[in-house]
Amino acid sequence: MNPKTLKYILKRLILGVFTVWVVITLTFFIMHAVPGGPFLSEKAVSPAAQAAMEAKYGLDKPLMVQYTTYLTDVIRFRFGPSLKQRGRMVIDIMYDGLVVSVRLGIVAALLALGFGVVLGATAALRRNTVIDRIIMIITTAFVSMPSFIMGSLLLVAFAIKIQLFPANGATEGGLVLPIITLMLYPMSYITRLTRSSMLDVLGQDYIRTAKAKGVTGWRIIFGHALKNALIPVITYFGPMLAYIVTGSLVVEQIFAVPGIGRAFVQSIINRDYTLIMGTTIVLASLIVIMNLVSDIMYKIVDPRINLE
Amino acid sequence: MNGNLKRFSMQVDLDSFIPATDAEKEYMVTMRPSTTFFHDGIVRLRKNRVATVSFFIIVIITLMAIFIPIFWPYKYEEMLGMKPGKPMDASYNNLRPFEYSKAEQARIDEGESVMPHLFGTDSQGRDYFIRVVYGTRISLAVGFFASIIVLVIGIVVGSVSGYAGGAVDMIIMRIVDIIYSLPDMLMVILLAAVLRQRLGPAIEGTPLASIGSNIISLFIIFALLYWVGMSRLVRGQILSLREQEYVLAARTAGAKGSWVIRKHLIPNCISVIVISTALQIPSAIFTESYLSFLGLGVNAPMPSLGSLASDALNGLSSYPYRLVIPAIVISLIVLSLNLFGDGLRDAFDPKLNN
Repeated sequence: MNPKTLKYILKRLILGVFTVWVVITLTFFIMHAVPGGPFLSEKAVSPAAQAAMEAKYGLDKPLMVQYTTYLTDVIRFRFGPSLKQRGRMVIDIMYDGLVVSVRLGIVAALLALGFGVVLGATAALRRNTVIDRIIMIITTAFVSMPSFIMGSLLLVAFAIKIQLFPANGATEGGLVLPIITLMLYPMSYITRLTRSSMLDVLGQDYIRTAKAKGVTGWRIIFGHALKNALIPVITYFGPMLAYIVTGSLVVEQIFAVPGIGRAFVQSIINRDYTLIMGTTIVLASLIVIMNLVSDIMYKIVDPRINLE
Repeated sequence: MNGNLKRFSMQVDLDSFIPATDAEKEYMVTMRPSTTFFHDGIVRLRKNRVATVSFFIIVIITLMAIFIPIFWPYKYEEMLGMKPGKPMDASYNNLRPFEYSKAEQARIDEGESVMPHLFGTDSQGRDYFIRVVYGTRISLAVGFFASIIVLVIGIVVGSVSGYAGGAVDMIIMRIVDIIYSLPDMLMVILLAAVLRQRLGPAIEGTPLASIGSNIISLFIIFALLYWVGMSRLVRGQILSLREQEYVLAARTAGAKGSWVIRKHLIPNCISVIVISTALQIPSAIFTESYLSFLGLGVNAPMPSLGSLASDALNGLSSYPYRLVIPAIVISLIVLSLNLFGDGLRDAFDPKLNN
């Protein structure tokens, strides 16, 4: 690895750490801008009980003290107790949710990658044929359909009209529809990305050389073209994860999947402030880290690329 | 020196000074009138059939969203079964498309004509067609104004950064980097959740209250987070255009700064800015509908396409069309705006094609 690449990676790492810090700080101060504080929406409480509650959760201390305490706690993954789900710690709620959501997200991402690359390569190989057109029309439609629309329509079609899959994500086979919903957008995006970069690669000299040597059809694709055509796809890993995380917020809501996205949305509805902060920080850091990893991978795979 | 001059004068080809023949004159005649950059782009845009169709779809939807609520007999917030001084008439609720309530049926039997409920009514007896139309209006307006906000802030910050350069540029660009790498949707949800509680009491009684705290907080969010892309774009344009040869050529020929800006920088910048603003609108509509779907969008009873879709989830098994209709409208708007934006880009910025 050359020093320039190392320097770039170091720079991105620093920016990444800094961004996570900004997220934590923003989250903290945004939550504290809420009028009346976390206990406002509770049933009428006596001032003494209110003060006792605030003392218990450290809300009576000066803001900067609260902030530093929170920062050191977050670094050690201590997010405190949930304000609304009595007796449960935020970290436990998030862990339970993540187990479900990560499985959902990884399956969706892998399927999107697999189908996307195959469809994209097919479209590029059969360029300007009916197959290419059909693939492009379908992917264009999927790209402009918001995830909550896609999820709701799939719910109507396959869980209510045909009753092929259960509508409830917590039951057996219930994750099929959420996975399809989450998968379609990134799949379409990867298809279009692969197609255009594949067309680009197929015009390169080394492909002509390979053809001149007598290599044919799919061997050109798998032996020569695909490896280079997939480089742009790597940059999409970060945005894809961001999409899957934000998409899962609504998808888990639609299909009642007990994941972290649903916990986040519920926590906003219930005004469960510690849970909101915890989930925002965890999900945001996840996205920042994935963006970092995909940028660095891109740079390592193809050092010619100047990302400045 | 002397010898060179002499040789130069000796080599003048006298044939070059023979008057041109008619055939040669004809060759120099302009074959078609010269076109402006704008006209050229419009011609290219009109040749693009996909972009033209998308443009007409957008125009039709926009005109419908603006004018239908003016003359339509029903109002978006009007619960038809609730008449002052009378008991609630539940037969208005949950009508299917083209169904009539008992009272309306009675009036029809008497020979009166009653405007049909094209899409039926919702669970509170409100005409669903006008709610969809009004929701479209809200979604389009939010998308449009949010993009204008992004445009203005982006251009100001971007050009300041590009012109000033040095430390100012460095600091602005680092801030842009950080905002750019923030996960926007999560921050948007967080801000929306907090702002609507903070803003609600603050704007009570002012004209802003009629717009609703949630829409205002949506605009604030766009002003805070989404200008970064635009400012990067503008800064990059200004930096690269400043160094172009034709700018240098114009300066060498004695052009003043204001001339260079008017004749060279702005015309070259404007297409990129317009295109990315056009592409910003669908993304703003998308964000608004996403927030409305999560219950963080427009304030009830005002509808937006996202909140209509979200409300429809409750009665999904009996009334799936209440979801399908706003879903189709959103997808149609977002798709046509995207395709039109792509067409604009192809027509007005041929450089981007490669």
